[in-house]
Amino acid sequence: MNLISFTDKGLCCSQGNFYIDPWKPVDSAVITHAHSDHAYFGHKKYLCHHYTKPLLQLRLGDNNYESIEWGETININGVKISLYPAGHIIGSSQVRLEYNGEVWVVSGDYKNEDDGLSGRFEPLKCNTFITESTFGLPIYKWKPQQEIFEGIINWINRNKENGKTSVLLAYSLGKAQRVLQYIKETTQDIYVHGAIWNTHETLLNAGWKLPVVKRITPDTPKEALKGTVVIAPPSADSSPWMKKFQPYSVGVCSGWMQVRGNARRRNVDAGFALSDHADWKGLLESIKATEAERVFVTHGFQSAFSRYLNEEGIAIAAEVKTEYGNEDEEAPPILPQREEQNEERLDLQ
Amino acid sequence: MQIDKTNNESIQTPSLWGKDGMGQFAALVTQISSSTKTNDKLESLAEYFTVADDKDKVWVIAIFSGRRPRRIVSSTLLSQWCIEMAGIPSWLFVESYSTVGDLGETIALLLPDPIIKSEGKSLSFYLEKFIEIEKENEYVKKQFILDSWNKMTQAERFVFNKLITGSFRIGVSQSLMVNALSKIVDLSSSVIAHRISGNWDPSTTTFSNLLSTEVTDIDHSKPYPFYLAYALEDEPSALGNPEEWQAEWKWDGIRGQMIKRNNELFVWSRGEELMTDKFPEYFILKDLLPDGIVLDGEIIPAENGKPMPFAVLQTRIGRKNITKKQLIEAPICFFVYDLLEFNYEDWRNKPLAERRNKLEEILQIINNNAIRLSSVINFTNWNDLAELRKSSREMNSEGIMLKRKNSIYQVGRKRGDWWKWKIDALTIDCVMIYAQKGSGRRSNLYTDYTFAVRDGDKLIAFTKAYSGLTDKEFAQVDNFVKRNSIEKFGPVRTVKPELVFEIAFEGIAASNRHKSGVALRFPRMSRWRKDKKVDEINTLEDLKAMLKMYGK
Repeated sequence: MNLISFTDKGLCCSQGNFYIDPWKPVDSAVITHAHSDHAYFGHKKYLCHHYTKPLLQLRLGDNNYESIEWGETININGVKISLYPAGHIIGSSQVRLEYNGEVWVVSGDYKNEDDGLSGRFEPLKCNTFITESTFGLPIYKWKPQQEIFEGIINWINRNKENGKTSVLLAYSLGKAQRVLQYIKETTQDIYVHGAIWNTHETLLNAGWKLPVVKRITPDTPKEALKGTVVIAPPSADSSPWMKKFQPYSVGVCSGWMQVRGNARRRNVDAGFALSDHADWKGLLESIKATEAERVFVTHGFQSAFSRYLNEEGIAIAAEVKTEYGNEDEEAPPILPQREEQNEERLDLQ
Repeated sequence: MQIDKTNNESIQTPSLWGKDGMGQFAALVTQISSSTKTNDKLESLAEYFTVADDKDKVWVIAIFSGRRPRRIVSSTLLSQWCIEMAGIPSWLFVESYSTVGDLGETIALLLPDPIIKSEGKSLSFYLEKFIEIEKENEYVKKQFILDSWNKMTQAERFVFNKLITGSFRIGVSQSLMVNALSKIVDLSSSVIAHRISGNWDPSTTTFSNLLSTEVTDIDHSKPYPFYLAYALEDEPSALGNPEEWQAEWKWDGIRGQMIKRNNELFVWSRGEELMTDKFPEYFILKDLLPDGIVLDGEIIPAENGKPMPFAVLQTRIGRKNITKKQLIEAPICFFVYDLLEFNYEDWRNKPLAERRNKLEEILQIINNNAIRLSSVINFTNWNDLAELRKSSREMNSEGIMLKRKNSIYQVGRKRGDWWKWKIDALTIDCVMIYAQKGSGRRSNLYTDYTFAVRDGDKLIAFTKAYSGLTDKEFAQVDNFVKRNSIEKFGPVRTVKPELVFEIAFEGIAASNRHKSGVALRFPRMSRWRKDKKVDEINTLEDLKAMLKMYGK
């Protein structure tokens, strides 16, 4: 029997009559993490980790939320549900289901490297593993985060020397907090966009200790921003909101920056391949460690990745269509943010 | 001999650049490709030229002016070696490549981490090695490349692979490089542009040979940098008094420079390719032209002085050996419109009117089918000229060139004195049927499309096009392709024939290589016809009618 089936509303456990990260309104939803492509509005009941709850409140308003601790088990109609860290963002969890001795694990989004905020991802032994594949190609091979942050800090220092403000584009939930931890020492003041400020406030109220930041308001004087660091969500790029920072340099923190074409398309000054998702090696090692005999591959490079798993005999794998991967880092940057510079073209005049 | 304005020894090498040549070059490429402002690129280049070794500098000038060593291995072999080293199946390599969109970069990303980090070799070491092993067997080449990969950082591997496989496409134009050099060498930009053009070999030329402030041995083949026109955007009446302007037909051929110095003849294309041997028709001009002369004009096929379509030239342009048949079917003529040097004297700073007079005088006494004066169009007001322009296509011309009579001959593409006033392109409405991912900044996006016209109830593919849409439109079409694929053939997706586009093109010719029987010149998407449905597109009959009218 399949403990989870793939329906047009989402991943469904009919034995327990609940869904995991459904994209259409349902009665009962288990939520892996608070990103908007996993946590949709309109469910009657939400179950998530304690850390995720305030974030859902911020993003979806008041609802019927129930939250539990990692490793805690609740039982619905014979199905044992428990959550374990997924290492993706604050509160992000893998969902482990057990019924009649059969174990299924839904990874949600995950990364292997411990970022100091999201908890340490540990692969769980299971019969069936449902994995993401956002960066499921061997070209995605992350450098250790320490090395990437050194690059970011060098870039900030160089900008400071040149009298420029460093505008770092990072997703407001996840990447922004992660980056902040590492760069808090580089300038006296770190300024943030309103969207990041809201997340920041929510986390502070929930008891998280985060570096001090300043919110940018219409009253923030232009001179105060000179040579500092500004953290903004990608959507702010090249908006009139950025005018205040002139002269500035834009850096993007995203796994997509691994490929030059993406960085060029975004027309940014610096791209840092810092990701909250597992890279190729991370995905493979995790799957092997789960010892799962069956693997379902969701959003990302699912067809290539599942083919590889099958051909190499790592697991019996199949790709699954979901609605995940439409927000945040999971969508490759397709909309260019600024006009392209005039490039010389060959034209046999 | 002092060349640099700054003394290298007194400068502290910025830590950013490191000490070894290949690392410096990789840093340069990384900086340039990630900067979005021309001025930053200029700064990076100028900085590079102050820190790099002289030999490496010469090679960088060579590389960015299209003088790379011959390719030593095929892309296929390079890919194979990478597949072996990375230990992945070849389909996964292909999948990765189609996402990255650049072979050199794909390989750099897939190779396992280096065994020894950077060996500190110079750029010139690798390039000279390429030349040295060019004739060696595959085994020797493989050893060299694998060994090199093993000692390089990812950034170095990327530039190394690019040196082997092709162009950098990082927006370093010749003029940008010239400007960067003019910051460190005491020469004017136009002199530098001239010095680095023409026929020189980077492995035997030193930096001081190339850019010495003193006059060194003269290379007789050296062309001048071309002066290029911008497209006219406004009505020509905005140019003011018509009497100040000279109008000529704009020919559809290869822009070229013909040089006779020291009793030798040289023909250069605008891409700075020496093409003398490709056009035996011109050999006789070595005897007919006066010595010490440089002419600017168009290389076009023409019969008795009447230009033929560009497609005729294409039949022989790629060939190593020209057959007798080709010489008869595609006779080439040089349509000359400017005089850059006369009697070994640089005439570029004289006004166009004076250059033109002299040119006419010279051409008057040469009576040969291989060279013609590109005639001046007589007109008294802009309206007359607009009328005349309508007959461009019948003349096998692309429109009209407007040149200010008192203009000097400038370097590169400049606004103000020269304008091209092209006729409107031909257009046809068609539907997209296949899509493929692009490369470079369009990697992982479906941007390369194949289009079809209707033939009864069938759709017949007739052209590909890659450009003309805005980035936003490309993103929308990409989205459509991902959701509406019918079949996948390797990297190509067959999509639901639903999106209608207007394709603009400059010419049409019969072709037996294409199923539709036609080949278009410069096809691009001029409009996304969201207002049209598939049953409203043009038919194969329409295409054939166009071929009859404009193709010949």
